[in-house]
Amino acid sequence: MIKLNNVSKSFNKGKANEVNALRSTTIEIKHGDNVVVVGANGSGKSTFLNLIAGNLNPTHGTILLQDVDVTQLAEYNRSKWIARVFQNPLSGTAPDLSILTNFRLAALRTKPKNLTIGTDKAFKELVQQKLSTLKMGLENKLDQPMGSLSGGQRQALTLLMSVMDDAKILLLDEPTAALDPRSANFVMQTADKIIQDYNLTAVLVTHNLKDAYTYGNRILQFSEGVILRDISSEEKKQLELTDLFAWFE
Amino acid sequence: MNFYITALLLGLSLSAIAMGIFISMKIFNIPDITTDGSYTLGAVITAVCLTHGYPIWLTYLLSVMGGALAGSITGFIHTKLKVNALLAGILVMTALYSVNLSILGRSNIPLLNIRNIFEVISPTSNLDINSSIALLINIALLWTGLSLLLKTDFGLAMRATGNSESMIKALGVNTDRMKIIGLAISNGLVATAGFLVCQYQGFADISMGIGIVIVGLGSVMIGETLNNWLSVTNIWLQLLFVIAGAIVFQLVLAFTLSLGIDPNLLKLLTALFVLIIVSIPQLGFRKQS
Repeated sequence: MIKLNNVSKSFNKGKANEVNALRSTTIEIKHGDNVVVVGANGSGKSTFLNLIAGNLNPTHGTILLQDVDVTQLAEYNRSKWIARVFQNPLSGTAPDLSILTNFRLAALRTKPKNLTIGTDKAFKELVQQKLSTLKMGLENKLDQPMGSLSGGQRQALTLLMSVMDDAKILLLDEPTAALDPRSANFVMQTADKIIQDYNLTAVLVTHNLKDAYTYGNRILQFSEGVILRDISSEEKKQLELTDLFAWFE
Repeated sequence: MNFYITALLLGLSLSAIAMGIFISMKIFNIPDITTDGSYTLGAVITAVCLTHGYPIWLTYLLSVMGGALAGSITGFIHTKLKVNALLAGILVMTALYSVNLSILGRSNIPLLNIRNIFEVISPTSNLDINSSIALLINIALLWTGLSLLLKTDFGLAMRATGNSESMIKALGVNTDRMKIIGLAISNGLVATAGFLVCQYQGFADISMGIGIVIVGLGSVMIGETLNNWLSVTNIWLQLLFVIAGAIVFQLVLAFTLSLGIDPNLLKLLTALFVLIIVSIPQLGFRKQS
């Protein structure tokens, strides 16, 4: 599903402040993998995610999505495979636009945005039906601006928006970092449910080791630009939460 | 009274600028100074075409295309050459001064005894009424077209580009292309105002665009204040209030002039007036949005 061949990323190459954020990394993430990425600040895990998403281009190496070489493709051209949830709840939704409008654009993620009006009655009913699965009571507030919702609500809606259109890969960049524990919990459970229901391949970057322990079937630990540990599904089952904490000591 | 009718008609003509600034400023969040140049460009193309006997529809089309081209150049410089939007606008505006002067050939062209858009339909014998009807039809068409555009999926993507760029990129939109198209539409509208005002006042002048971006900005701010007061989210009404803002703006200026203030101080007054409008929300007189 996702393949990185010998991928490196350096910032400020050739200058005194050169940073090798990712060093010749080769990894394959298979369909249905639900990967949790952990690592200290500056370990390269966000760079890893951004390279897959396409808002960073690698210095060396190639990136393949479903066997298609996407190394040179811009972020907006990778949206036919990838849906994203950002750390900042503001980044994944448009605050001044209504809930309905946000969902309309999400429903067109892999399609062209044409000169036709798509927010018709049938579409409204579809969004209402999807919203009701979250049980947040937003079904009848479609015209409310997204900005009037809380961070947790917006992250949950971003997750739901990601499956409004055909999605294969879901990238989550510390989606709960800006949320209170209760909202964070709700967002993680929603994410897990959506990943299972829609059979997505997911990559979650997180600092929360408890989430890393609870969710996903594979763990990658990054350290100074390389993958230090790659824990598969079977090994992960043997793992204790204390083991994870021990990695960071 | 005549004074206010003139202001009303001028306000209607300039409401095209207000709609243009609404796109660049409110939809895309880009302060676009190209406006000063593209407004004059619209007027200059109109004056030259009409004096050379071109039909009005072709003149209209050429003016709009001229403005759109200027806007897309600003958009290109901003997005592809990564130049600050304000600077990109200033560059194109400065360059347009020479372009406008070259097209015009001299600093002023009068339109004497030339049939203009206000004479295309003449249901009454009163020139002011005929002009108002022609202007109302024009502005109504622009308003309808723009509102419809902003309701389409493409228009929604335009609005999201200015509101949450990270989101709309992740949703598969080339935001650079979107901004270039947006600035082209914006400046096309601005040039439309140049086209209308040139015929309304009967001449094109090289310096007619100085400070016009402020007029547009002031109009949009008045419209926005009304929108916030009435909690309007509907795009049709939002644009309608922006058009109303352009008219209110001209009426206020006409009122100040009628008090006997030196017309040389007009630009100073305009700037002060806009300063008041933009600072009122900061001072907390406006309802929190």
